[in-house]
Amino acid sequence: MLAIEAGFARGIKGPIVESLSHDILIIGGGGAGLRAAIAAAEYNQKLDIAIASKTYPMRSHTVSAEGGMAAATREYDSLDKHAFDTIKGSDFLADQDAVEYFVSECPREAVLLEHWGCPFSRDPDGRISVRAFGGMSVKRTLFAGDKIGFHMLHTLFQTTLKHENIHRYDEWFATSILVEEGHASGVTAINMRTGEMSSILAKAVVLSTGGCGRIYKFTTNGWIKTGDGMALAYRAGVPLKDMEMVQFHPTLLPNTGILMTEAARGEGGYLINKDGERFLKRYLPGKMELGPRDIISRSEMTEIKEGRGFEGPYGSYVLLDIRHLGEDVINKKLSFLKELAEKYAGVDPVHEPIPVRPGQHYIMGGVNTDKTGYTGIPGLYGAGEMACVSINGANRLGSNSLTECLVFGAAAGKAAAEYAMRQSMPHLGNPLQGVAMEEETRVYDQVLKHEGGERISSIRSEMQSTMDESVGIYREENGLSQATRKIGELKDRMRNASVEDRDHVFNTELVSALELDFMLDVAETIAYSALYRRESRGAHTRTDYTNRDDAQFLKHSMAYWDHGRPRIQYSPVTITRWQPEARVY
Amino acid sequence: MATRSQGVLDKMTKESGVETATLKVFRYRPEVQTEPYVQEYKVPYRRDMVVLDALNYIKDHIDGTLSYRWSCRMGICGSCGANVDGEPKLTCASFLHEFKGKEIKIEPLANFPVIKDLIVNIEDFMEKLDHIKPWIIRKEETPLEKGEYRQTPEELEAYKQFSMCINCMLCYAACPIYGMNEEFLGPAATALAYRYIADTRDQDHEARFPMVHDKEGVWECTLVGECSVACPKGVDPMLAIQKTKILGATQILKPPRRGK
Repeated sequence: MLAIEAGFARGIKGPIVESLSHDILIIGGGGAGLRAAIAAAEYNQKLDIAIASKTYPMRSHTVSAEGGMAAATREYDSLDKHAFDTIKGSDFLADQDAVEYFVSECPREAVLLEHWGCPFSRDPDGRISVRAFGGMSVKRTLFAGDKIGFHMLHTLFQTTLKHENIHRYDEWFATSILVEEGHASGVTAINMRTGEMSSILAKAVVLSTGGCGRIYKFTTNGWIKTGDGMALAYRAGVPLKDMEMVQFHPTLLPNTGILMTEAARGEGGYLINKDGERFLKRYLPGKMELGPRDIISRSEMTEIKEGRGFEGPYGSYVLLDIRHLGEDVINKKLSFLKELAEKYAGVDPVHEPIPVRPGQHYIMGGVNTDKTGYTGIPGLYGAGEMACVSINGANRLGSNSLTECLVFGAAAGKAAAEYAMRQSMPHLGNPLQGVAMEEETRVYDQVLKHEGGERISSIRSEMQSTMDESVGIYREENGLSQATRKIGELKDRMRNASVEDRDHVFNTELVSALELDFMLDVAETIAYSALYRRESRGAHTRTDYTNRDDAQFLKHSMAYWDHGRPRIQYSPVTITRWQPEARVY
Repeated sequence: MATRSQGVLDKMTKESGVETATLKVFRYRPEVQTEPYVQEYKVPYRRDMVVLDALNYIKDHIDGTLSYRWSCRMGICGSCGANVDGEPKLTCASFLHEFKGKEIKIEPLANFPVIKDLIVNIEDFMEKLDHIKPWIIRKEETPLEKGEYRQTPEELEAYKQFSMCINCMLCYAACPIYGMNEEFLGPAATALAYRYIADTRDQDHEARFPMVHDKEGVWECTLVGECSVACPKGVDPMLAIQKTKILGATQILKPPRRGK
């Protein structure tokens, strides 16, 4: 049966036949996507822009960012200092031209966000307050209490509402990118409310779907962080860059993985072991608690391994102690942390230290783009955590990710607008319609209607355990090699999985299945990239290759989709002014 | 079909002595069912489990068809609101131990049309949000080179709490006025309107007056205060409504401006 007839047989009103079109289509409504939309809308008011997101934009995971956003705004600071801190933090894997562009745009983007209404915390003279952050040599992290992500997201979202040329598809899930004669021409997407699939055509597509933390079991990330845009771009032929570079944040609540913000240490908090010591004196004597995340997470693991951690029902942990900051500072600057610690750990941080352990938080790697967000496929752009320009290299510094969303969201939105102005609208004729119909068959006939297979939750759970155990903070050849095999096996099993929910209306189980299908592809690129990078650099820690090896590995891993499996190649790192040196703090 | 592992769990918990909690969950597919019904699920109980953990347990192990929204599981994304034991709550912030020893009734947020099970249609709010112009309105733009608009900590304090709204819809579910009249602008949209009105960077407060002061605006509110009780973020929408009423009253009484 033709897919189209199958659609009618299911009682869906003219499914894929319905074709929508916009000049620019943005997939994902978090910080980067909303910023891209505003940039495009301001570029030309005649452009017709749409944001399609699987959640309402204000639910996007940007909302959970806590500590602040970096920008060199103070007289004692400089763009070069911000650039060097970022490059050293990246263990010299960042592309230095991209970092220079990034730091130069950060102050402007911060002021823009302020002009749009972000309720930043203020100094008595009315300027935006700054705080210290890990790996930053001076105070340059602008903040709004400890809810910068929440305020940034709502400010951006509410600002998009004033632009009449920004349209939205809320709760639409993109399943594939339509590529015609090498150009990105739109996507296929499910309107979750009705369950119908449509093609949304566009002259330019911007991907900004966030990271993929849910590949791991123990993560700070929300449920929606399933690497959708990474898989979409990868399947369309864009390489995923430096995917082995996964950030493990040092301070998560041990049972839930809920983040205790780095601002706690920025404000002067301590990390303490079982002997009551500030143990970072052994690892980061010059920085102590203001060191970069990769080194602090490893230090915690060493303390635990050497018997100086605490044992709890959810594994070993250390303590984050902010009691000495006093109730006033905690209430004023760390109120969300206090609320979360009280609610989810039963600890009042004014009076007791908070149990914490390291866990997945962010991915430095992602869809390969240049400084304008361009992916190499004409008409296709990417920005935010999903993309890899790369400014973060092998380890991101805390508070660079929020400004990264703004700087590269704006760049991608502008580049997409310029491109769209020169293009004509694609038509849903051949071969696009055929591709769209194949996609409909895949989703409805192969996933939704498949009977008698195993539950997706068991496959997801095994993937997450594999990633936590073998592709976590510490990695080695055998474990990584087993992980690649295991993920391959899970991909095979996924082909035979079934969903119980056969409804079209708001089928969250079907969406979860498609997300898992994306995550398995992304997980595989992480495992293979990690296997072949036989050195330790930044967050990528090999117990069998403990040193950084610039001679062989000062280069980006590039994972290409090759008949469903990753093929790993390499591309050079751009060095402008800062030669790699030993990374000592 | 919906309870394929419930029997196994019953047996397992009986044998091992694992404690269980019972959830009575509202189920409804309006496009195919004429009436909603209640389905009972048993899940393993741990003291630190929240209602959302229980729903996820059901979805993963017992019944893949149960439908609800969630994401951040830390009370900031605003996705997971539901009526828990009759009260509007974030399911990620309601602990099972608060209901120890009794069956927990989980229903969709009141006052919204149901799309499926616990998923409600919030389009009405999305339109209202758009309507109140939730962005900074400037009569004159300052060039970015001049830096940020200065705002003192005290000026920030004047609107900060009203900027904390996560759009979770608990206040609308709690509001008896909205229950009777969905045209009512309601708590969250008014709090957000006031958030911009009270922001020193905004230069056209009166642009929002028609929305908040029309016949479905703040004057509909009878100060029941359920919104402020329900709000999980301490926004206190009723206070925003009060402040907006006072502003409106003084505007009406104010002598006309010179030159107009």
